[in-house]
Parts: sequence; C-alpha cells; structure tokens
Amino acid sequence: MSFEPQGLKADNPPFDFRLHFSMPSVFRRWRWPLVALLISLLTLIPLSVIVLSSLTPDPVIWQHLLDYALPELLNNTLWLVLGVAAGVLLLGVPLAWLVAVYDFPGRKHFNWALMLPLAMPAYVMAFTQVGLFDFSGPVQTLLRAHFDNTRWFPPIRSTGGLVLVMSLAFYPYVYLLARNAFSTMGRRALEVGQTLGLSRSAGFWHIALPMARPWIMGGLILALMETLADFGTVSIFNFDAFTTAIYKAWFSLFSLDTAKQLASLLVALIFVMVVLEQYARGRRAYVQAGRAAPLPRLRLAGARAWLASGYALLVLVLAFVLPFGQLLVWSWGALEQEWNEALFGYALRSVTLSMMAALMIVCVALLLSYARRRDGGALVRLLARVATLGYAVPGTVLAVGIFVPIAWLDNVLIGHFFAGQDVTAVLKGTLAVMLLAYVSRFLAVGYSAVDAAMNRITRSQEEAARNLGYSGFALLRHVHLPLLQGGLLTGVLMVFVDVMKEMPITMMTRPFGWDTLAVRIYGLTSEGVFDQAALPAVVLVLVGLIPTLLLSRQKDVA
Amino acid sequence: MNKKVLLASLLAVFAGSAAAEEIVVYSSRAEQLIKPLFDAYSKETGVAIKVISDKEGPLMERLKAEGSNSPADIFLTVDAGNLWKAEDMGLFQPIKSAVLNGNIPANLRDPDNNWYGLSVRARTIFYNKNTVKPAQLASYEDLASPKWKGKLCLRSSKNVYNQSLVATMIADIGPVATERMVKGWVNNLATAPFGNDNAVLEAIAAGQCDVGMANTYYYGRIVAKNPAFPVSPFWANQAGKGTHVNVSGAGVVRYAKNVKGAVKLLEWLSSDKAQNMFADVNFEYPANPKVKADALVASWGNFKHNLINVKVAGSKQAEAVMLMDRVGYK
Repeated sequence: MSFEPQGLKADNPPFDFRLHFSMPSVFRRWRWPLVALLISLLTLIPLSVIVLSSLTPDPVIWQHLLDYALPELLNNTLWLVLGVAAGVLLLGVPLAWLVAVYDFPGRKHFNWALMLPLAMPAYVMAFTQVGLFDFSGPVQTLLRAHFDNTRWFPPIRSTGGLVLVMSLAFYPYVYLLARNAFSTMGRRALEVGQTLGLSRSAGFWHIALPMARPWIMGGLILALMETLADFGTVSIFNFDAFTTAIYKAWFSLFSLDTAKQLASLLVALIFVMVVLEQYARGRRAYVQAGRAAPLPRLRLAGARAWLASGYALLVLVLAFVLPFGQLLVWSWGALEQEWNEALFGYALRSVTLSMMAALMIVCVALLLSYARRRDGGALVRLLARVATLGYAVPGTVLAVGIFVPIAWLDNVLIGHFFAGQDVTAVLKGTLAVMLLAYVSRFLAVGYSAVDAAMNRITRSQEEAARNLGYSGFALLRHVHLPLLQGGLLTGVLMVFVDVMKEMPITMMTRPFGWDTLAVRIYGLTSEGVFDQAALPAVVLVLVGLIPTLLLSRQKDVA
Repeated sequence: MNKKVLLASLLAVFAGSAAAEEIVVYSSRAEQLIKPLFDAYSKETGVAIKVISDKEGPLMERLKAEGSNSPADIFLTVDAGNLWKAEDMGLFQPIKSAVLNGNIPANLRDPDNNWYGLSVRARTIFYNKNTVKPAQLASYEDLASPKWKGKLCLRSSKNVYNQSLVATMIADIGPVATERMVKGWVNNLATAPFGNDNAVLEAIAAGQCDVGMANTYYYGRIVAKNPAFPVSPFWANQAGKGTHVNVSGAGVVRYAKNVKGAVKLLEWLSSDKAQNMFADVNFEYPANPKVKADALVASWGNFKHNLINVKVAGSKQAEAVMLMDRVGYK
C-alpha cells in the first residue's frame, strides 16, 4: 500500500545522468500531486462534461435571459447569499461559542440538540415553515380568529422568509465546525489573553475568532455552496435565484446547453470565491496553543445565563421543534397510508448508503488533506479546491455530468465485450459508481471538517515523529489520525446526514430497487402531497439523529 | 484473447442477466400512482415490470446518453410538453397499433404515433363558494379583467402546467391576445404566485383570493379527504374552444429491447379495465372515452374539452415561457 519507493535508488549507477530522473524520484516528487489529481478527477470529469459539451451559446435564449431574467436573478441571488451568510454566522458562531466556553442551564443538551436541524432537508424545512406561516396556515388562521385580518403579518414567502428558513437549515455547518474550533483551540491562548487583561468576551473577538477562522469559513462556504446549488427550497418559495435560470433553461426552454453554460458560470464564481478566501487567509498557521485540555467553562449567572439558554432555545424551536412538530402532525394524518414494511426498506437502504458513503468520503478527504499537508505547493492546493467543487453544482446538473461519461464508458465496454449480447449495463447501476458519484458531490463536506482539524497539528509534532522514524503513511496513522479524531467524526456525521438528504444523484445512479427515504419523499412531494411525504421525512430525520446522538455521547468535541 | 474473455466474464457478474419476459419502464409519473397498475399487469400476464423513476429531464438525458444500450422499453411521463420534447430528441419509435388508435382520441396522441396520452387532467378555474357565484365566471381570458383585481391566485409560471395552458392559448387566440391576457392575470394577483397547485386551492379556501387555476386532480385529492372544502371547479371557456386539457402518457423507446411487450403493455393501459385504475388512483379522467370517470370526478359534471392536439403544449412551450417572462409573471 505504501507509496514509498524504497530500495530502488541504490541500484542506480551514480554516473548515469538520466537515471536521476528515473521513475522513482519523479514519482517521489509528484506523488502527492498525483494523489490529489486522482481524487479531483472524480469531480473534474463531470465538471468537464458540463463545461465542455456546451460551448456554443444559443443567441435567442441568452438574449431572452439577459433581457428578462438574469439581472433580477443575480440581484436576488446576491441578497440571498449575503442574507444567508449573515444568518448562519449570527446563529452558528455565537451558539458554538456559548456551548464551548460557558456553562448555563441546559448547555449539555443544547450542545447536541443544536445539530438537529442538520438532519432535516432544507426543502422539507421549507414546506413545513411555509405550511405553518403562510396565509392559509394554522398560525395566521388562528390569528384571524382574534384579529380582523392578518395583513400586518410578515409574508413568509419573501426574500426575508427564505433567508430565515435557509439560515435555520444551514447554520449547523457553521455551528459544528466553529464549536470544534473553539474546543480544540487549547486553553493557553485564552489564558494568555486573560493575563493580558482581556475579558472572556474580549478574548472571543481578539483571540478565539481569528484562531477559528478556517473552521468558520469552512462552515460558511458549505452553507453558501448549498444555498447557491439549491433548487428545492427556492422553488417552494417561488423565489427566482440563479438555479431557477438553470432549470428554466433546461426544463422550460428545453436547452440543456444553456443550463450547462449557466451552471459553469456558477461554478466559476464559487471557485473564485473559495480561492479568494484561501488567498486572504494566506500562510498563517492555526495550530493548537498548549495542551489539548478543554477550556474550563465559565459559569454564567442570573440574567446572562437565562439569555444564553433563551437564545439557544429560540433557535432550536424555530429550526427544529416547530417544523418537526408540524411533520409529526401531518404524519399522524397519513399514518395508515404510509406506515408499511416498505418504509423500513427505504430507511435501511438510506442508512446503509449514507454510512458507506460517509466512511468512503471521509477517507478520501483525509487522503486529500494529507496530500495538501505534505506538499504545500500551489498545484495540490488548487486540485484540492477543484475536488470539492461538486458541492456547488445544482444536483440535477451534476447528476447528468456524472451519468454521461459512465454511460459512454458502458457503451464502449459493451461494444468491445458484449457485442450482440443481451447486456445493457456494466458499470451503471452499480453501488460502486453510486458511491463514487457521492464522493464527487460531498467531498467538500468531509474535506472541510478534516482539513480544518489538520490545521491544528503543528509542524513540530510532525518533526518529532519523523525523528522517531515515522514517515509516509505510518506518520499519518500514528501521528495525525489520533489528533484528527474529532474532525473525522464531525466529517462522518455531516456527510452521513447530507447523503441521507440527497436526491438527484441518488435517483440517477441508484441500482435498481435501491429506493431510499429521499427517493420516496421526492415521489410524494413531486405530486404535491406534502402531508403524505411527512412520514418518510420524519423517519429520515430520526434516522439522521442516530449518528448525531452517538457522536455527542462519545465525545464532547465531536 | 484469454484476457478479453476473463474480463468479459468478470464484467458479466456486474451486468447480470435477463430473466423471463421483462419490460423496463422509465417513469417520471410518481411511482405510487403507477405501481398498483403494473402489479396488476404482472399478476395477469406473468410479465415482470421494472420501473426506474426520476424527473423527466434527467430521464431523457439518461436515455440519450445510453443510446442503443438503454435497458428502457417505455418512457412514461406527465404533460404533453415533455412527451413532445422526448419525441423531438428522437427518443421514441412510432407505434403500429390499431388497439391504441381505437382507444385514444386523436387529440390526445402524437399524430405520428410516437406517444399516446393515457390519462387526462383538466386545468380549469376554481372559486370560493362563499364569495363568488359561478355566473360571474367565464374564461381564462376573463380572469384578466379588472373585476378580479387583487382576487386572483396563481401558481408559478415555472410550472409546466401553466406553460402548457399558455402555449395552448397562443395557438388558440394568438400571441398578442395571450400576452394581454397573462399581463391582466399578473395585474390581478392577490399575492405572489405559489409553488404548487395545492397552495393555490388552500389560499382560495382561506379567503386570500377568490379565484385561481389548478389541475382537477389536486382538487380531487383535497375534497376526497374534506368534502366541506369551500371551493368549486368552474369549467372554463365552454362558450369558446373548451377547457384546457393535458395528458400523462407514454411511448416506446427507440432502442427498446422488448418492443412487442412494450406495445402490449401500452394497449393494456389504454383498455377499459386499466384506464379506470390509471385515472382513478389520481382523480384524473380516463383518456379512453368509452371509460367512465371515478364517481367523485364525474360529480363535477361534463364539460367541453379543448380539442386542439395536446402536442402544441410542447411545440409552443418555449414561446409561452418567454411571453410570461416578458410580462413579469413569476
């Protein structure tokens, strides 16, 4: 398994000039870029299919989009992105800070409960919140029974409402990663601040926040990629975002090429955003200061304690208790129709797939992060960025980008080996392809958790291990792995629930009969029967909770 | 040579092999709506039916990418616009079947027999029984009149059913009059367009608006659960060309492996006994005129269908979408 080309060099005659450039040394030089390239191919191939197969623009459709759609869409999308960015930061960072360094009533429970909204797909959150708060929903209906009208009620189907719902759905990414950063920061940093006379809240602004930056930005970028790639949530709000133009071009104007061109623009935009962030971060190090011992929690008293609990409770109620409660009410109504043994099959397949994908993706993310660590060159960093772009592509477009090359390869294989036989599939419809497709979609999620944790490991820790004779993968195994545990677990958890929620790639690549909870929910919501979709959605959330709870028990920092 | 054989046999492990007679259906009609029907067919004939469901867009791309190695025999989808698009992409082959031609009226199928409508849904006007009298209503065009200012609810223009309705209107009354009509709708809106037909019907019931448009089966699902729902359908354009109808339908895939079996299945789906099952499970109208609709559906009364070929929904869809964008229908 080792890539170490040991023992080969000794055979080279010293006078042969050419052999200094023989395979082993070239391989040694290029092995990490090679690893990064192989991983990024999983994303590069579908992205190339999207970008390259659509180079000639259709003038009529583009002119129409430029005249009537794009200016407004770009404006809408800008506000959406700014709003969700502000929303997830305002929700995620303070909550992470509170549970990481303070003690207040209920802290222990909020610590894990605040992750719960992660288990709820954003489109499910959207249809429950719209169902609750729109004019015909129970809240306004109740209000109308007491007041003349509810014209004063802020409309849920608005930019503000959408920003709120998406922030509630996506803040856990920031929360999870920021909490991980705050609790692995090391106590010495804050202690130094204290001896310099900084209060704990001043320490937050001057020490903790700057030290947690890669984590917070990692969470923020995940949230924004999801926002930009989202179609389900915005279509429930009938909000015209950039993805709306992509799907309009494809499904309404029947021009998949225009859709691909728009998607390419979106990916380019996100790529620039990610690279700029990395550039701004520069070469600063974010290692742990002092022992890994967790910070002693400061006990909040009186009004401040209740304020902390109140804020955490408010977020939890809005982001989870209310929508989940609404789902439960709807499920109760559709219990007879939907509760059957098939449901267990969906759940079992969802869990199996998500678990396999989560483990695989976190392993690949670890390899990629380690490659970046060992070879700090621009090429590896660039490849690592490319490898994680799949998260920013609207799911259905990426699904086509994945399926087309696989179908092509199948056609070649069938032509070569099965010509004239009754064979229609070799690779397509296999679990292996499905899992690789998930890697190209979700690598960003696993990578942001693992890579942020990798930042905490000091060069001197590596040096010490090297002096003890560890190198290559042994170094990774004996030094990095134990130190990365928290980050790896966070990565597994986030990928697990994300795969559970995924639809378009699951639909396109699943082996026959591999219908999951998300597929079932799609079948029902596509027909607009949201109340029937509630029961599989409840099961999806409950199953998604299992790893959340297991992890929170196992490790406070997970 | 040996290597080639070895690799081939290895690959064959993944590829699997065909059992007895089998028909593979790619479907974007929701699985819960077609599964009972296919189960019945399998039971009756012993033919196994494999369904792969997804959205229509990805399914069409899938068929295109698979080309002659597609396992699919039938492509089944909703909305004539999608059927037209699949035909336009060359995904179907013409069907020769006197049975299908006899069962399905000419306006509900492709003139070149590439696809056949299997169930009919009407997109018509719905009104709040407490605030509107049917005598006040007339046609789609009439919903643009200023008397409905602030009283109209619509679903998003991104929805294919609205696109099909507007495409048909372009064919019927011309693009200029259609654009004027859609502009009038937008001016009359009580609230921003909704994400689905259910929400439109609920908003009418809650009094957010008085009138709106929806597909009949959404209404059927609601009243089946709640007979007191204070909304009624009104058959639009009865004095003119008739109410807009659309279909769910299917065709035989160009590279189908089991053409005979696929045609037989489609013939069965158009037959008396299957038509009721196909339509009733979703409160739709049978496409076969000899078959009676479900009792609840029939209780809404007979109406004049717009007899223009449903294919126009596809050929004029892009024009309709651009028209709606121009007048600011979201």
